[in-house]
Amino acid sequence: MQSLTSRSKTVERKPMTMWERMYLPAIAKGMAITFGHMFHKRPTVNYPEKTRPFSPVFRGLHVLNRDEEGRERCTACGLCAVACPAEAITMEGAERLPGEEKLYREEKYAAKYEINMLRCIFCGLCEEACPKDAIYLSETFTPSNYTRKSFIYGKENLLIPNPVTQPDEYAKAREDRGKV
Amino acid sequence: MHPMLLAIEWALLIEKAVLILIIISLSLLIAMYETYAERKVAAFMQDRRGPSRAGPFGLLQPLADGLKLFMKEEIIPASSNRLLFVLGPGLAMLTAMMTSAVVPWSSHFELFGRTISMQIADINIGILYIFGVVSMGVYGVMIGGWASNNKFSLLAAIRGASQIISYELAMGLAIIALLMITGSLSLKTIVAQQQLGHYYILYQPLGFLIFLVCAFAECNRTPFDLSEADSELNMGFHLEYSSMKLGFYLFSEYINVFISSAVMATLYFGGFDIPFVNDAELVHRIGQNPVAILQAVSLFLKVVCFIFFFMWVRWTIPRFRYDQLMDLGWKVLIPLSLLNMLATGFIILLRQNHWHF
Repeated sequence: MQSLTSRSKTVERKPMTMWERMYLPAIAKGMAITFGHMFHKRPTVNYPEKTRPFSPVFRGLHVLNRDEEGRERCTACGLCAVACPAEAITMEGAERLPGEEKLYREEKYAAKYEINMLRCIFCGLCEEACPKDAIYLSETFTPSNYTRKSFIYGKENLLIPNPVTQPDEYAKAREDRGKV
Repeated sequence: MHPMLLAIEWALLIEKAVLILIIISLSLLIAMYETYAERKVAAFMQDRRGPSRAGPFGLLQPLADGLKLFMKEEIIPASSNRLLFVLGPGLAMLTAMMTSAVVPWSSHFELFGRTISMQIADINIGILYIFGVVSMGVYGVMIGGWASNNKFSLLAAIRGASQIISYELAMGLAIIALLMITGSLSLKTIVAQQQLGHYYILYQPLGFLIFLVCAFAECNRTPFDLSEADSELNMGFHLEYSSMKLGFYLFSEYINVFISSAVMATLYFGGFDIPFVNDAELVHRIGQNPVAILQAVSLFLKVVCFIFFFMWVRWTIPRFRYDQLMDLGWKVLIPLSLLNMLATGFIILLRQNHWHF
């Protein structure tokens, strides 16, 4: 029969020699191999106690950023929602009232900002689309949960703590989430 | 007191009862930790870590496993034979435990002015008793598979039964060659003959090899675990079993491994004899009781080595195909053991004749 590729090889089916048919030498060889493996280094990482470092381009849970004075950066322009291929982001804008200048950076802010973590594919396009450096993907996973509802993250889950009024929480959040 | 009751030697009765209790609980404990050791050994051979969460180094894992088995729902299939279905695992466990009765675990203790033998029953047909009980073990497999009323279980049970029966032949023939040298069936006598390093492995290496292979087959261990072949028969004869009834089957396998290790150590590796030491001299120096403890430890270490070997083989060698298994049993092991028997007989005759033809 004509072979399909030039790399095909006919398998040699020689009858086994006496040494091979005795089977025991082969067993001894195999057992030596398995015994040797008992002293090999184990690649296991004890996960919850020890975590493997993520690669520098890792994209995880989203963070809504504040500026150095603790004001929210997001202006609810909706570019992230437009960029999102999974349509995971929804938001509602609102006008900043007088006296709220310490809370929001621009005249318009996101009154509601929700990301559905079950829809999100963590592509990072929102991060790229944002003109205000307001949204970042951090280095944490989305924690597991029991209900679908709990995976719709609102502002209370996404927003980073205020660096001015809550410096400890802010530092901790930065540490937990890696690069922000 | 009634004269009948006085005729009974109460001290002996109590002494044996205590010994039985100790040995049964010890073999249960060892079987428990064999499951742990099996998982650890498997893990180490595959560059993994094995159970490490329950307790330090995962040492409480067997307890957790046992608890899990107890808590699971107990299912008895509607179309099964109820009585036999329950009897199967019980029988498997019973036969696994009964073998330990004739193994001498140590020489003897001298307590309360009595000599306490560390053997439950020193019967003069010790080896025959072991064979008798081991062949009863087939019923555990067979009844379990039959009572489940499941094609796969039955198929596995038939495989298992035919395997055990086939390998028993070769095992018996291998033992006969040994018995020709010892001239006794009592395990205590056989151990006594092996003092000072005259282990029978040196006289019967081929016999030992055959016995070892057959022991693997009798225990249904890989490479002969056809009766529970997970890949082709789901779980084999205990497919329909759940909860602690399944646990009993698994447990009896581990007890069998322990006991057959003890038997192999006794028959071929000097039993409780302490290697490289003159036991009788040691008794003069430090007394009987400490030596008896040391001897028990020595037997235990030999058993542990064998158990490790069982596991080592399990995680190295793939399972035999059924026809290969039968070929090995009938066409290789039985002729070899017959040959071994003939050669042994020949040499014994020559020796009796002072090496003259």
